[in-house]
Amino acid sequence: MKLKNAAATGMRYQLDQLSALEAESIFIIREVVAELERPGLLFSGGKDSAVLLHLAAKAFAPAAIPFPVVHIDTGHNFQEVLDFRDAEVSRRGVRLIVGSVQEAIDAGDVVEERNGSRNRIQTPVLLDTIEKHELNALMGGARRDEEKARAKERVFSFRDDFGQWDPKNQRPELWGLYNSRLNHGESIRVFPLSNWTELDIWHYIERENVILPSIYYAHEREVFERSGMLFGVHPFCTPRDDEMVRTQMVRYRTVGDASLTAAVASTATTTAQIVEEVATTRITERGATRGDDQVSEAAMEDRKKEGYF
Amino acid sequence: MDLLRIATAGSVDDGKSTLIGRLLFDSKAIFADQLDSVEKTSLERGSEYTDLALLTDGLRAEREQGITIDVAYRYFATPNRKFIVADTPGHIQYTRNMVTGASTSDLSIILVDARKGLVEQSRRHAFLVSLLKVPHLVVAVNKMDLVDWSQEVFDEIRREFTDYAARLNIADVQVIPVSALTGDNVVTRSQNMPWYQGASLMHHLENVQIASDSNMVDVRFPVQYVIRPHSNDYHDYRGYAGQVASGVMKAGDKVVVLPSGLPATIKEVSTADGPVDVAYPPMSVTVRLDDDVDISRGDMIVRPNNQPKVAQNFEAMICWMSDKPMKPGQKLAIKHTTKTARALVKELRYGLNINTLHRNEEANHLDLNEIGRVSLRTTKPLLADEYQKNRTTGGFILIDEITNNTVAAGMIIEAE
Ligand SMILES: Nc1nc2c(ncn2[C@@H]2O[C@H](COP(=O)(O)OP(=O)(O)OP(=O)(O)O)[C@@H](O)[C@H]2O)c(=O)[nH]1
Ligand SMILES: [Mg+2]
Repeated sequence: MKLKNAAATGMRYQLDQLSALEAESIFIIREVVAELERPGLLFSGGKDSAVLLHLAAKAFAPAAIPFPVVHIDTGHNFQEVLDFRDAEVSRRGVRLIVGSVQEAIDAGDVVEERNGSRNRIQTPVLLDTIEKHELNALMGGARRDEEKARAKERVFSFRDDFGQWDPKNQRPELWGLYNSRLNHGESIRVFPLSNWTELDIWHYIERENVILPSIYYAHEREVFERSGMLFGVHPFCTPRDDEMVRTQMVRYRTVGDASLTAAVASTATTTAQIVEEVATTRITERGATRGDDQVSEAAMEDRKKEGYF
Repeated sequence: MDLLRIATAGSVDDGKSTLIGRLLFDSKAIFADQLDSVEKTSLERGSEYTDLALLTDGLRAEREQGITIDVAYRYFATPNRKFIVADTPGHIQYTRNMVTGASTSDLSIILVDARKGLVEQSRRHAFLVSLLKVPHLVVAVNKMDLVDWSQEVFDEIRREFTDYAARLNIADVQVIPVSALTGDNVVTRSQNMPWYQGASLMHHLENVQIASDSNMVDVRFPVQYVIRPHSNDYHDYRGYAGQVASGVMKAGDKVVVLPSGLPATIKEVSTADGPVDVAYPPMSVTVRLDDDVDISRGDMIVRPNNQPKVAQNFEAMICWMSDKPMKPGQKLAIKHTTKTARALVKELRYGLNINTLHRNEEANHLDLNEIGRVSLRTTKPLLADEYQKNRTTGGFILIDEITNNTVAAGMIIEAE
């Protein structure tokens, strides 16, 4: 700990920026637990939620994490990510709540979109899961540097009865004084990693040895090119006749649905190599890997208004 | 690497978003796909140049109206420093969002349009920066390209600002002539203004000294949460979790727990990684005490010879943030450090005219975005310092108990 905090500047009581971000996030997570009765942590199995879970464990040590972990299972996941989720849940001793999009489709609660994307229909499933388990606050690993609508969102972000975000009418958020008061039917999404960048996340994963799903590290995979992006061959993502399959070294920069998330060509097999790669990349992680955000200029804002995380 | 939190300020269209876009662009913090999208949108609108403001104006309504509505947070880093930039709106209707951005910042950049000089919003924001005790201020005199890079224009604005700021309480002020559009003096020194000898904005941001801004003297540890593991290994463990607001704490320190006033000794200060030698702001740590005192959220651990006030009556400046006016006699919820209570506004001492700094003692209410001095009484004692001495233990928010909205930011002047 002493070594980690010793600032390069030689200042005696100056916290380095990664430790300052960690301290801020831990403060936010504790504030949620202190002020809200039934919080949960939205765990996608991606790197950000892995870091968030790591921070949650640190915030309450040596006690256990005092809230459940929620996973919205679209049914289109990478198996590596599901395995990672289950291993983390049992290692940390937390309760896992799963909201299943496939079950909702089978029950006729939601209808699958024509293009097969389950991004939009996971929103009602998320809202149902929150309601069913009476969770009034959900923490998530979203970061403001990910996307321009996220850059606008408060740390404590309110959703009305319908789970909707109203970007033009956010509560002022002063100092570290978070107002967590809920009106009847409202819920809160809290983003403890708001001020982290992708590079911060990787520096932190390196510093803390945070475990991640294997697909974040470079590996050989059967891929094909579509709209300039590399997609892994997967039961939910198969090449068309004109799309050539080849085997090459790739890794995933984000983890979403296997049907939508593209891989990037990479030979980075260690965290240190990934840090180097991320530090020099010229494309945002969403730009490089998400088929879903490119629909329109304000795609993310529109989805958030509907209740998307 | 340390961390500098910056917030922009200034009137509508003075170029705040463009300046931040320029800073990001010239420091290579813009990704290729972000730039593509901004270029595409600029073209579609028939703009002659790439509108860098689009890099921060991310909401649909903002892009449609060409204004900033709410704070956008952007990030960039140089080898020695990471920067968090809050780009705030200039429109008076959204002043509360400017206050949100400024409340946590180490440095404010107030933009002034060189053609217009200081306007009411520039003064209002300078006043808010001083009220919120942002330690460093940069006045960026922007759009110098539109006044022929004139030194006279710049000197006049600098003089006018210096006069106004003399009546405020701002420790460190720098005035820099820039053009956000062309990039002059933003990252690199301008060729067009050889008469300006000072640093570029970026150079200043990279080098401004922030180490001495934190209060390392007055130990204030608001207890946020009590950790009590329900396990056999940690049967008697009681840890007081929180973030150090100010001062330096270590094992062996004699302390007092407020409001009870019971004395104790620190047994251990730790994080999940184990004990730490010292804890200082803004570390989040867990404190254990030698003695078995009863402590809960909202209590504060301090040193015996340096204590905050334990008070229920306060004099405070408030910045009103609700459409519904504030009237004396009003009851509200108050959140101060980790404690929540109820508060009664006993009196409105005066409303403040930001332009003239004149105190209107006849004022009987505060409208949206108005600032005034009030006296408050709380239902529970708060553990408070003057805001000028301590931004954490001196600040509070007021919450409407019916709508649950945050309706005011408050800064304590006096507690008793
Ligand atoms: N000529 C010139 N135009 C500029 C300069 N900086 C900004 N502008 C223009 O001024 C207009 C307003 O710029 P913005 O950056 O959106 O202003 P703002 O201060 O962010 O406005 P609000 O956020 O709505 O308060 C835009 O048309 C810019 O292109 C400059 O240095 N020179
Ligand atoms: Mg703007």
